[in-house]
Amino acid sequence: MKTTTQTMNRVKTLKIDDRDVSGSEHQTILDVARENDIFIPTLCHIDGLSDIGACRLCVVEIKGSGKLVPACATEIQEGMEVFTQTEALAKYRKLILEMLFTEGNHICSVCVSNGHCELQYLAARLGVDHVHLPYLHQQRTVDASHERFIVDHNRCILCTRCVRVCDEIEGAHTWDVTGRGTKARVITDLNQPWGTSETCTGCSKCVHICPTGALVEKGKSVAEMSKRREFLPYLTSMREKNNG
Amino acid sequence: MISEELQRIGSTTQDEEDRFEHQILVCKGTACISAHSEQVEDALKAELEHQGLHTQCRVKGVGCPGLCAAATLITVQPEGRLYKEVQPEDAAEIVASIKSKAVQRLSIPTNVPFFQRQRKLVLENSGVVDPEEINDYVARGGYNSLISALTEMSPAEVITEITKSGLRGRGGAGYLTGLKWSTVSKAGGAHKYVICNADEGDPGAFMDRSVMESDPHRIIEGMTIAAFAVGADQGYIYVRAEYPLAVKRLQAAIRQAGKLGVLGNSIAGTTFSFNIEVRLGAGAFVCGEETALMASIEGKRGTPRPRPPYPAEHGLWGYPTLLNNVETFANIPVIIREGSEAFAQIGTEKSKGTKVFALTGCVNNSGLIEVPMGITLREIIYDIGGGIPNDRPFKALQTGGPSGGCIPKEYLDTPIDYESLMQLGSIMGSGGMIVMDDTSCMVDVAKYFMKFSMLESCGKCIPCRVGTTQMHNLLDKISQGRATLDDLALLEELCEMVKRTSLCGLGQSAPNPVLSTLRFFRDEYLMHVVEKVCPAGVCKIHHEEVTHS
Amino acid sequence: MAEKVKLATVWLDGCSGCHMSFLDIDELLLELAPRIELVYSPLVDNKVFPETVDVTLVEGAVSSEEDLEKIRHIRAHTRLLVSLGDCAVTGNVSSMRNSFGAKAVMEHAYIETANIHNEMPTQVIPPLLKRVRPVHEVIAVDVYVPGCPPSAKTIGYVVTELLDGRLPDLTTLSRFGA
Repeated sequence: MKTTTQTMNRVKTLKIDDRDVSGSEHQTILDVARENDIFIPTLCHIDGLSDIGACRLCVVEIKGSGKLVPACATEIQEGMEVFTQTEALAKYRKLILEMLFTEGNHICSVCVSNGHCELQYLAARLGVDHVHLPYLHQQRTVDASHERFIVDHNRCILCTRCVRVCDEIEGAHTWDVTGRGTKARVITDLNQPWGTSETCTGCSKCVHICPTGALVEKGKSVAEMSKRREFLPYLTSMREKNNG
Repeated sequence: MISEELQRIGSTTQDEEDRFEHQILVCKGTACISAHSEQVEDALKAELEHQGLHTQCRVKGVGCPGLCAAATLITVQPEGRLYKEVQPEDAAEIVASIKSKAVQRLSIPTNVPFFQRQRKLVLENSGVVDPEEINDYVARGGYNSLISALTEMSPAEVITEITKSGLRGRGGAGYLTGLKWSTVSKAGGAHKYVICNADEGDPGAFMDRSVMESDPHRIIEGMTIAAFAVGADQGYIYVRAEYPLAVKRLQAAIRQAGKLGVLGNSIAGTTFSFNIEVRLGAGAFVCGEETALMASIEGKRGTPRPRPPYPAEHGLWGYPTLLNNVETFANIPVIIREGSEAFAQIGTEKSKGTKVFALTGCVNNSGLIEVPMGITLREIIYDIGGGIPNDRPFKALQTGGPSGGCIPKEYLDTPIDYESLMQLGSIMGSGGMIVMDDTSCMVDVAKYFMKFSMLESCGKCIPCRVGTTQMHNLLDKISQGRATLDDLALLEELCEMVKRTSLCGLGQSAPNPVLSTLRFFRDEYLMHVVEKVCPAGVCKIHHEEVTHS
Repeated sequence: MAEKVKLATVWLDGCSGCHMSFLDIDELLLELAPRIELVYSPLVDNKVFPETVDVTLVEGAVSSEEDLEKIRHIRAHTRLLVSLGDCAVTGNVSSMRNSFGAKAVMEHAYIETANIHNEMPTQVIPPLLKRVRPVHEVIAVDVYVPGCPPSAKTIGYVVTELLDGRLPDLTTLSRFGA
């Protein structure tokens, strides 16, 4: 039965890493963890866009369940006991990052995003000091056809933030994904050069939301491409207000 | 009233059939058509005319009798003579023999275990009815289950009946069908959908294709009963476009069913309405995963999403959705007709009914079989399958395709059910069953399936996207004799990680072929790694310096 | 005074930036000097790698057959081997040719873009491996110090820790590309 107070939000209490915490229903494990300064690494997640649970970095263990769940896409439950920092998780997370390094050609030292890259940051933070999987050395392309931006597929981790920000916030849906497996890549329009895209508004949201040096502004040299993300929480909160 | 209409159609069709003393049934499944069964059919018709027997005998196109390797298959009724590898040139001899002895050189004995050990429920009409003719299905009691569900039972009673039958999902995971139906029926929503997953993708598996080609109305009837039970008004059959014949027959069947009034608005004069549309998949294996399948129907890129929310609650376009596989739906008319108790008598304690398998590989009788749950692997391979060609030693049975595993000879006496196969590190899967003898290399087999998973990984989550490539490369290295024990350890590390962290079933089960072969055939891996030898002689060993590549 | 630690440094396929960064530890060199004996290095004149070395710092990726031979020999005569800098740890810039292959890169450099003598070198340049590899792919590595180059502070810390008999923890001190 629905109660008369439509917006009534139930509070749920749970444990994260043996700490008692609480959140309102429909909050995710990640939301509640971050509110409580519990660090869970993420790459595909970004506040303000839909969650897809794809990078798997935020997987956590739930007591009583053998399955790992993505903290970004799992809502809290009353009495839930979450573990975010087990030995197994630490190992898996490092492997996920290593996999990304083997898949792309991430040469941090010559990257315009050096020092401003989430992949690079997480590798250091999670203790990936070398990659023990063989590098795949895939041949990937760079599209510099846009007058102001570049997409370098060597540095793309397929987090699809660009796809989502373009679809969900800008409403252009210029970006999408084509191909399968390690051959999958982001494309503009129907796999046309970015510079010829008729739907791209040139808003640069994708560039600034990109966690690595895959989407960058032209004219930047090594380590010069820092990203400005203030627009996303701002737009999200303004839209919530207008819709609410 | 529709039930009288069905009865009338049934008896007219039967009368029509009774006008002939004999019937020649020609298989028009994909395998037989590719072996020219349509030309055989034409030749037989012409020959009957020529020999003046066309008033006594008719030719009817039917679905698959199962022995696909012996295409073209024809059956002469009522004698029950089964002929194999029939060519158009054989028509004269066959027609001439109708009133006398069977043509020996083409005969297949039917009093053999291949036929006698099978138990046909799902395939009861396969090879018997004309799949393009609804009347033929009706004459065999078709749509009676739907009518009795609609007119004599409540949706809750239908669900109870399915629950009591113990039917479990035939797509592979074995979730209780009744429980799924009950969950969807309880979900609230302005709309609900029923989806039939016909995106059969395991290499070597063709169970669902055969059912769709041979008896499409059974699926429509099963889906419509399900829709009635859960309160859905729209259905989709998601078929891969590589199955053009199945698509054609399903579409024809949907039209015929609509015309007859067993599908569409106000079915059988009740207030219940339900429509079905066929949606084509472009052949991505991952679209067999339910959330990816729904994304594909919605017109999006077919990639999975995390569950929960489950489709039962948040499915197609956000509405509650029931998803079952072809074979699951094909079981429904039988359960309603025979009753849940009769159905539950077949099978084991936890796995009820029968299972259709595509039996292939090193086995004398390859083809489509339907067996009661609980039958042993040995019975399937040696009795029904007729053993291994040239009496070579059995090595392993692969079940469950790229998500399954290899079962060694020590477990041949395992009775088949969902749990026992899972205990052996394999899965029931959708029904692919590949028999391997001593000429198969287990590293090579694992590599084959890993390559499949690698090529079919959608690329959404990192563990599956990169992990399957890395595992495949390691298996390749092992098979070439270039790997070290460290590589083997790395492979095992990746197996565990990919299994535990991948987003969907494809990634989570992709390591299974490796894990199961490592479990039962570790020595064979070690031979490749340490001795640089492939015991089965399959892998090409390279003896070059490792670091130079 | 305790016996001096025998330290070696080698330079495979890299830009020598890691060695420069090592020299940048400035006055720390004075502190380290009494505790170490630099037995082999591009910075000193010894031509032969000694029979036993306590610690070897390796800069650069393994690019050529010469590198491969050298690093195997060094490993066999080193107690504790450190991959110093991104080229040694990841392949880094040196490995950027891997996506194209050694042959294509050599042809591009010596034939397509050369102004004179458009031919492949036959002397001096050692034959290239098909793929540039990080050091740990060809031999066992004990300590990884990522960075391009690792900062002088990082290198100073690593060497001091090793001299004190501890394995350095680099999680917050360095990173790929640092």
